[in-house]
Amino acid sequence: MTALLEVEDLRVAYGKIEAVKGISFTVEQGEVTTLIGTNGAGKTTTLRALSGLLRPTAGKILFEGSAIDTVPAHKIVALGLAHSPEGRHIFPRMTIEENLLLGAFLRRDQAGIAQDVERACTLFPILAERRKQAAGTLSGGEQQMLAMGRALMSRPKLLMLDEPSMGLSPLMMQKIMATIVELRASGTTILLVEQNAQAALSLSERAYVMTTGEITLSGTGAELLRDDTVRRAYLGED
Amino acid sequence: MHELPQNLANGLMLGLMYGLIAIGYTMVYGIVQLINFAHGEIFMIGGFGALTAFAALPHGTSLWLALPVMILGGVIASVLTATAAERFAYRPLRGAPRLAPLITAIGLSIALQQVVWAFYPGAKKAITFPQFQGDTVDLGLFNLQRNDLFLLAAAPLCMLILASFVRFTRTGRAMQATAQDPDTAKLMGINTDRIIVIAFALGAAFAAIAAVAHGLRYGQVDFMMGFIAGLKAFTAAVLGGIGNIYGAMLGGLVLGIAESLATAYIQNVPGMHQLGGGAWANVWAFVLLIVVLLVRPQGLLGERVADRA
Repeated sequence: MTALLEVEDLRVAYGKIEAVKGISFTVEQGEVTTLIGTNGAGKTTTLRALSGLLRPTAGKILFEGSAIDTVPAHKIVALGLAHSPEGRHIFPRMTIEENLLLGAFLRRDQAGIAQDVERACTLFPILAERRKQAAGTLSGGEQQMLAMGRALMSRPKLLMLDEPSMGLSPLMMQKIMATIVELRASGTTILLVEQNAQAALSLSERAYVMTTGEITLSGTGAELLRDDTVRRAYLGED
Repeated sequence: MHELPQNLANGLMLGLMYGLIAIGYTMVYGIVQLINFAHGEIFMIGGFGALTAFAALPHGTSLWLALPVMILGGVIASVLTATAAERFAYRPLRGAPRLAPLITAIGLSIALQQVVWAFYPGAKKAITFPQFQGDTVDLGLFNLQRNDLFLLAAAPLCMLILASFVRFTRTGRAMQATAQDPDTAKLMGINTDRIIVIAFALGAAFAAIAAVAHGLRYGQVDFMMGFIAGLKAFTAAVLGGIGNIYGAMLGGLVLGIAESLATAYIQNVPGMHQLGGGAWANVWAFVLLIVVLLVRPQGLLGERVADRA
């Protein structure tokens, strides 16, 4: 069985500066895969290349076995790959409901869309309460929930979450992590990018450590949690 | 005849025209953060397109019958010019430093003027534009020029169509999303290149309708007519809050009325008797812009750019 997503020797550069220097990894169906690493390691750049916002300079991206590295960004979501970007990027002057509906922009099945709006509202009850409110008025954690809910509206085969815990209170972060577990249980494949290594590794089947554009370590989440280098570098232990 | 209502009515007409042109500036700016300085020429070309369509009709066709054809001709000419400019002049510069497309827009503006001057038959002088004949329309408190009735009907109608388009259609929502966050709009599956073309085309269509109104009002078109009209409409867009379509119309109205009142009344202010009259209209329009920018830099309906978390 082939992996849902296969990345081979991916390189991405901003002008002459190479931010991702030939990385390879896979995301298996039904699993949570995590990329951890410090600021500037190239994690966000990798996700932006996967969703077509950046063009790789070399390498291959195979999604369900077919190459997507030349597919324009607006056509990638139709293939089943949704991206909840770093910094949430909700549409601030639209209501919560309008944000969710934009997540389903390419879908035409009105009944299914309405059903999925309800599902997002069940998953994140705060969204139901504020449905007609401008999204810009939400707190950071609530915006993160909206961004995740919006990404789910396309019914993705692969959900990519970039730093979902960034800037959140510990309580809010727990909620987000619990939601990720819940989503996996319902069969969503997830590619997670996190700086919060402890939380991310403990719920990942597979994990990769990125350092200045390269993958320096990989294994199951549990293996990396036990790994000395990871403990020292990312979990603040010595 | 009361003087003040008449001056207000004159200002309103001027304002509707500025507002209609300003929508093109504001929509394009809202989506690609480009001041399309060639928009005044898109407007001018709309006037020539309408004139060409009129000339193609059999001699003696009534203006009422000709008007829809003229609008169509103007809209086609403007939309083609604007979308070609987007495709071949601005799109290759996307991602370039902001100054590059701005200078390109200024260059394009001059180039379009010169192309019309050089190649449109008779355009080296102003060309007569057809007008409705007949008296002004007496509305009690004020009179309206018969030819302004077109503008009075067309501008609110255009505004209504645009507002419902943006608010209620799928493409309109995609347009709002692209304006707020283009990269994220792509992640939703929105083809932002297409949205940009639509913004240029809509702005051009409205400019063409404004050009027909302009032609009817003044009875002529000329290759330079886009310069001052474009500058005024740009002022209106900034005044109303650039990026906001309602702001563009509001800015147009405020500008038109202010200009009309300044022209009529400034000379009554002690010590300013020589600063009134039509010759000073442009000065007062830009003074108003400066004052608004000092007091409210984001424009009347503009929002402070601070909503990116």
